[in-house]
Amino acid sequence: MDKLPAWADIVLVPLISLLLAAVISAIVILAIGQDPWEAVRVMVQGALGSSYGWGYTLYYTTSFIFTGLAVTVAYHASQFNIGGEGQAQIGGLGVALVCLAVPWPHWTLALPAAMVGAALFGAAWAAIPAYLQAKRGSHIVITTIMFNYIASALIVYLLVEVLRPAGQMDPATARFPAGAALPTFKDIPGLNLIFDKKVPANVTFFIAIAACFAVWILLWRTRLGYQIRAYGKSERAAIYAGISPVKVIMIAMLISGGLAGMMAINNVMGEAERLLQNSAEGAGFIGIAVALMGRNHPLGVFLAALLFGFLYQGGAEMGLWTSIPIELRLLLQGLVILFTGALDNMVRMMLVPFFRNRAKEAA
Amino acid sequence: MDYATLIQVLDSALRLATPLLLACLAGLFSERGGIFDIGLEGKMLMAGMASGAVAFLTGLVWLGVGAAIGASILFSMIHGLASITFRGNQLISGVALNFLASGMTVLIAQALFRQGGRTPPLTGNARFSPIDLPFAEAMADVPIIGPLYAEVLSGHSTLVYVALLAVPVTWWVLYRTRFGLRLRAVGENPESVDTAGISVVRLRYSALVITGILCGLAGAYMATALQAGFGREMTAGRGYIALAALIFAKWRPWYALGATFLFGFLQALALRPDVIERSFGMAIPVPALDALPYILTVIVLAGFVGKAIPPRAGGQPYVKER
Repeated sequence: MDKLPAWADIVLVPLISLLLAAVISAIVILAIGQDPWEAVRVMVQGALGSSYGWGYTLYYTTSFIFTGLAVTVAYHASQFNIGGEGQAQIGGLGVALVCLAVPWPHWTLALPAAMVGAALFGAAWAAIPAYLQAKRGSHIVITTIMFNYIASALIVYLLVEVLRPAGQMDPATARFPAGAALPTFKDIPGLNLIFDKKVPANVTFFIAIAACFAVWILLWRTRLGYQIRAYGKSERAAIYAGISPVKVIMIAMLISGGLAGMMAINNVMGEAERLLQNSAEGAGFIGIAVALMGRNHPLGVFLAALLFGFLYQGGAEMGLWTSIPIELRLLLQGLVILFTGALDNMVRMMLVPFFRNRAKEAA
Repeated sequence: MDYATLIQVLDSALRLATPLLLACLAGLFSERGGIFDIGLEGKMLMAGMASGAVAFLTGLVWLGVGAAIGASILFSMIHGLASITFRGNQLISGVALNFLASGMTVLIAQALFRQGGRTPPLTGNARFSPIDLPFAEAMADVPIIGPLYAEVLSGHSTLVYVALLAVPVTWWVLYRTRFGLRLRAVGENPESVDTAGISVVRLRYSALVITGILCGLAGAYMATALQAGFGREMTAGRGYIALAALIFAKWRPWYALGATFLFGFLQALALRPDVIERSFGMAIPVPALDALPYILTVIVLAGFVGKAIPPRAGGQPYVKER
């Protein structure tokens, strides 16, 4: 098969995939008797047309950056971490335990502690599948899927039987102390000029951007990152070069789980301010789409997370204001994963003829 | 647990094990042929919606089953296109199809019936009704085995017996036919099959068609027999439990029956907290029972109870040498 130029592979393939997903979604919308243009208009208006919409879009973006980075780091070590959902839920448990442990005086103290809790719990949840993969060769995809279900069962049990305050009906923890409340965009000087209504986007957004930088530096500017990428490209070459597979798998998966867990800062600490059932709400799975769409590069992950943030907020508005069900988001998400992750060779083959002609002309 | 209660729990275990068994055998065909399929869940969901919708619209349950198989094969073929023809990542394709199914089922059901993504309740001929096995009445009074036959084995819908029958049939196809031999070979070493002049692509697509049919039956059973109609996310992770059972059974048909029945039994127990409390003398939290199939699978995968070795060529696209 002919090779595409690098820029086409990085830019065109995801864009064409997105286009295909959009076209199929439009056909589905037409097929159920609705108007695709109206859907797009409502989505853009609802997600990007006001500072209020942006406040939600960036809130979702923040979560997706973390889960997307989690999939990315594992991917570079050739591990497919589908467990982001469970790791994010357990990360939420870590956040809740930290926030409820002490009557925090100020968020600047609570935030670092909660970040440590979230990352540690998320990493711990990834540690067992990672260990089983590294030491016993158990397939990480299957074990991380199993751990998603075990995580949600564990959270249900803990919320119903252990963490629920006496006298409260719904399965959730107590509210976090006021000192643990993170400032939202409305509370941040400067940003509050734009965001005049209460929005869920909060300071975690900036931590997410910092995480993108950190992951880029880790993967492309450190010895450890080199080891991770070398192992991911060729296990045998890496072993020959003295890189320990067990070490790489364990470290990459622990970082991955930690990043997925850190998502909980955004939704559990920043928004809900208590731990609820199913707190991650599928964001762990969206991380897969975000990483694939973003070509497993932190910058790409940031852009793809923004796109999915838009799709999520826009999709919610569409569910409210049109008769198109909100589940269209799942359809789009599935299509993006399908085209960027599984049918990417098909998209490449579609592009090859264009570049072949150009190569001939040049010659 | 007294005998009468045990009979009740076993009866409901068989009911709950049936979709798991069908999906597990579906996964068995695909994985034995070297195609990982974590999209069992999505196919069951599509099949459930298709059968619920068509059975309601036509009033005939068998047409519903046909639609279910069609919808499930369609998804199976997309998986084949991605993983066989375009040599894409089979795991990602499976994940994608599961999301696609979650979204698509609700969109279609909502567009057709406007009942919040459900299909309307099925009655009469639009649903499977229980059938009594011969001599069930006469056998009922025989001690010990009587109730086992009359209560547990008899009185289920047709698809339960289809599922039970599928186990020996799968065994026979896999180990006693030429197709089965080739299928197992293509999952272990596709080069050798290719060298013998047999098309790897065709074999793998055939395996996926069988997977589609069995997942279709599993989904149809969910929507037309176990429950009366399709509800959003009604499969509730059963596709993944079936996958777990497949690993637990180490990709063998009779063991698949054992594994799915065990997981069905756990699900049945989870529905009867009173029975658990009486039998074990303490309350076992329901989430623990829910999580047990997954925990057992991880233990099996970890190789602590005999090693589970998947088909060797599983997950790798086959590239024909030029």
